[in-house]
Order: sequence, then C-alpha cells, then structure tokens
Amino acid sequence: MIKVEELRKSFGKLEVLHNISTEIRKGDVVAIIGPSGSGKSTFLRCLNLLEVPTEGHIYIDGEDITAPKANIMQIRQKIGMVFQHFHLFPHMTVLQNLTYAPMKVKKLSKEAAEQKAMELLTRVGLADKADVYPSKLSGGQKQRVAIARSLAMEPEIMLFDEPTSALDPEMVKEVLEVMKSLATTGMTMAIVTHEMGFAREVADRIFFLDGGRLVEEAEPAQFFTKPASERAQQFLEKML
Amino acid sequence: MGLFDFAQIVPYIPFILEGVKVTLLFTLLSTVFGFIWGSILALIKISDFKTLKGLAVFYTSIFRGTPLILQLTFIYFATPQLTGYNITQLQAAVLTFTLNSGAYISETIRAGILAVDKGQREAAMSLGVPYKRMMLDIILPQALKNILPALVNESIALLKESALVSTIGVADIMQNANIVKGTTYRYFEPYLIAGGLYYIMVMILTWLARVLERRLRRSD
Repeated sequence: MIKVEELRKSFGKLEVLHNISTEIRKGDVVAIIGPSGSGKSTFLRCLNLLEVPTEGHIYIDGEDITAPKANIMQIRQKIGMVFQHFHLFPHMTVLQNLTYAPMKVKKLSKEAAEQKAMELLTRVGLADKADVYPSKLSGGQKQRVAIARSLAMEPEIMLFDEPTSALDPEMVKEVLEVMKSLATTGMTMAIVTHEMGFAREVADRIFFLDGGRLVEEAEPAQFFTKPASERAQQFLEKML
Repeated sequence: MGLFDFAQIVPYIPFILEGVKVTLLFTLLSTVFGFIWGSILALIKISDFKTLKGLAVFYTSIFRGTPLILQLTFIYFATPQLTGYNITQLQAAVLTFTLNSGAYISETIRAGILAVDKGQREAAMSLGVPYKRMMLDIILPQALKNILPALVNESIALLKESALVSTIGVADIMQNANIVKGTTYRYFEPYLIAGGLYYIMVMILTWLARVLERRLRRSD
C-alpha cells in the first residue's frame, strides 16, 4: 500500500532522513518509535507530502506521489492525518469541523456529510458535542474530534503524529481507545508514538528510527523482548 | 453680533448635515474596496509569484511613501489629461482612497495571515483542501478576527482623512462647512459643528467595532 524507496530529506544542509526504504502493507498498524530528533515525524510527514522529500520515491497504491505531476490534493484525500496539537478549526463547531472537507472537497451534500459526521462523533463518543466550538473541549476530546474529522474523508491510510503527547495523562487513554478500535477495523495506520505499551499491544510492526535512519523493523513481540540493534536496546532500557 | 452666534448658522445646519451622507458613503466605499484590494495584495505578497510579489511590494511603498493629498490631486487632475476620461470628483476620491488604504490594509492582512497557526494550514492540506478554499474558509476568517481592531482603526482613519476630498470639491461635511463659512463669514460655528459630526461618527464606529469584536469572540 505504501512503498518508500531510498527516501532522503534535508532541511538546508542538514540531512534528517538518510536513505529510508520500507513498506507498509494494507491493514498494517505500524508504530514508529525512536528518540527525539530521530526523524520520526519528518518521515511520517513525508508520507502525505507535508514535507517534500529531497530524494527518493514514495508509492501509494503503486502511484508515485513524489512524481512532479502527481495530484497531491487527490492523494491527500486518501491519507488522513492526526496532529499532536489537534489543529481543529477554531471558528467552526465540532460538526462543521467534520463536514467541511467532505462538503467542500468531496462535494457531499450537507445532509450526507452531517449524517456521516454524526455517525463518526457517536463512534468516538462525542455526539453530544456536535454544536460546541473546539475551545470548549478538553484535550482528549479535541483529539477524538480530530480523528473523526480525518475519518470523515474516508481515508485508506491514517497517519498519527504523536497523538497523545500534548495530552494530560488522564486523557491519553480515551484517545488510545479510539485508535485501538480503529485498528480493529482493518485501517492502515502509521503512528509516531512514545506510548510503548500501546505500540506493543496494537502495532503489527515497529519501525525504530535513530539519527534519521530506519535502524530496525520488527514485530512488537520480538522488538520489545529481543531488539536486534544495540541502539534499540539502549533506547528500550531508558523507556521501559 | 456676539462672539458666538449660532442663530445665524442654524439655517445652514441641514446643509452641513447633507455632507454626512457623502462622507459616510465615501468612507464605506473606500473601506470596502480598500479591504478587497488590500486582501488581494496581501495574498500576492505571501504567494510564490516572484514578479507579482515584487510589484505588490513596490506598489505599497509608493502609496505609503507619498502624501495622500498629492495622490488625490494627482489622480483627479492627471487622469483626464492622461486618458481623456473625465473622472468625477467622487470617483477620483474613492479610487485614491481605495488604492491608498489597500496599501496599508495589505500589510495588516499579511501579518494577520502569517500569525495564523501553521498547523491550520497543515490540517487543511492533509484533508485535501485546495489552496484557494483553504485561504478563504480556514485562514482568512481566523486572520480577520485577529486583525479586526486594526481594520477598524484603518476605517476610522479613513473617515477622518476623508475630509481631504473637500480639496477637490467633493461635497462632504468639510466642504459644506467651508461653503457655509464662505457664505456667512463665520469660522467658529460651522467648523465646530463639522468637528462634532466627525467626532460622533467616530464614536459610533468605535462602539460598533467593540460589539462586533465581542460577537467574534464567541468561539474563544
């Protein structure tokens, strides 16, 4: 579903991603972990071209999204993204946040978009908040709305960029629960996270990044018990 | 005839008041057009079109770097000479103030757009929202909310500076006060009345701005 070939990304003279090649299969839940500054977020943001790769290719369903004539807008509709700081639209109600893109981008009717939105809000447990503005929500609620907003576009892939890092500890769980239930629906997911317990429980595979390199790719059971690389061992010792 | 003699001016008060309509119409037109033109300039300035961007920056520096009264005189008198089109006083006045306030407003709007959290843009992009829609629906509404006080100040400044159009003969408050002065040979009373009118209008505008701002804050 996603194929990454010799991806490199530089900011000015600083190369933050060195030659990453990998693949994410349909239905995979991939947890991307590693120390701060290892390039996890940059890697994730390359997948929907929020960062434009300096070199290399990324294929989504066989289509080279790094090709100059690729239709980025259309590709992004297939890829939902959830941010650390939610980025809900503050001047729209929760419901409008969910219906905006489906109506304006996919040209859904208002009724259809609102029906879908209410379904999704019910799914994340926030149907009663449809008419309030984001500023009235807690962090955990905001993030659940943000997830629902992405899902409203019916994406095939969901990217999560540290979705619980900005949350108070007691709100982490409600967001992880929503993600967990999303994973059971067969959604292809790539999650940058520091929640090791979650990664171990929910992910099918772990990508361990360090210093801009994809150092290790393994199943969670193996990665968390017997990491192959020394860097991963050191990292896990500090984390667990 | 005493030091102040309002009795003599009273018959002329309706005439001065007629100027209010012109001043308000003029301010409204200049604010609306200036805002539209300023938005366009601001969007050009944050775009990637190098040449257009350079032109917009140059344009702004010209209109901010020369006196307004010169721009007004220039447009009113030079337009017929250059194009043969006999521009009316009100047209010249609205055009000048639009071009001038557009230059100032564009800087305010540009700063307002850049102050909107970068994450808003990324969220819109990740949903596949095209650039134009994103600007109109997501970025500009938030930018406008932030810069609303500055925009109101700009329209208040326009209202007051509009008195300059009397120099090319537009029948605004100032010009009508001038005429009353010329007819009655009284200076104090007509200008006092004109000043009072400007002051009241500015106060009303300030009050409206406060109401508007409060309504916009609902979502905070």
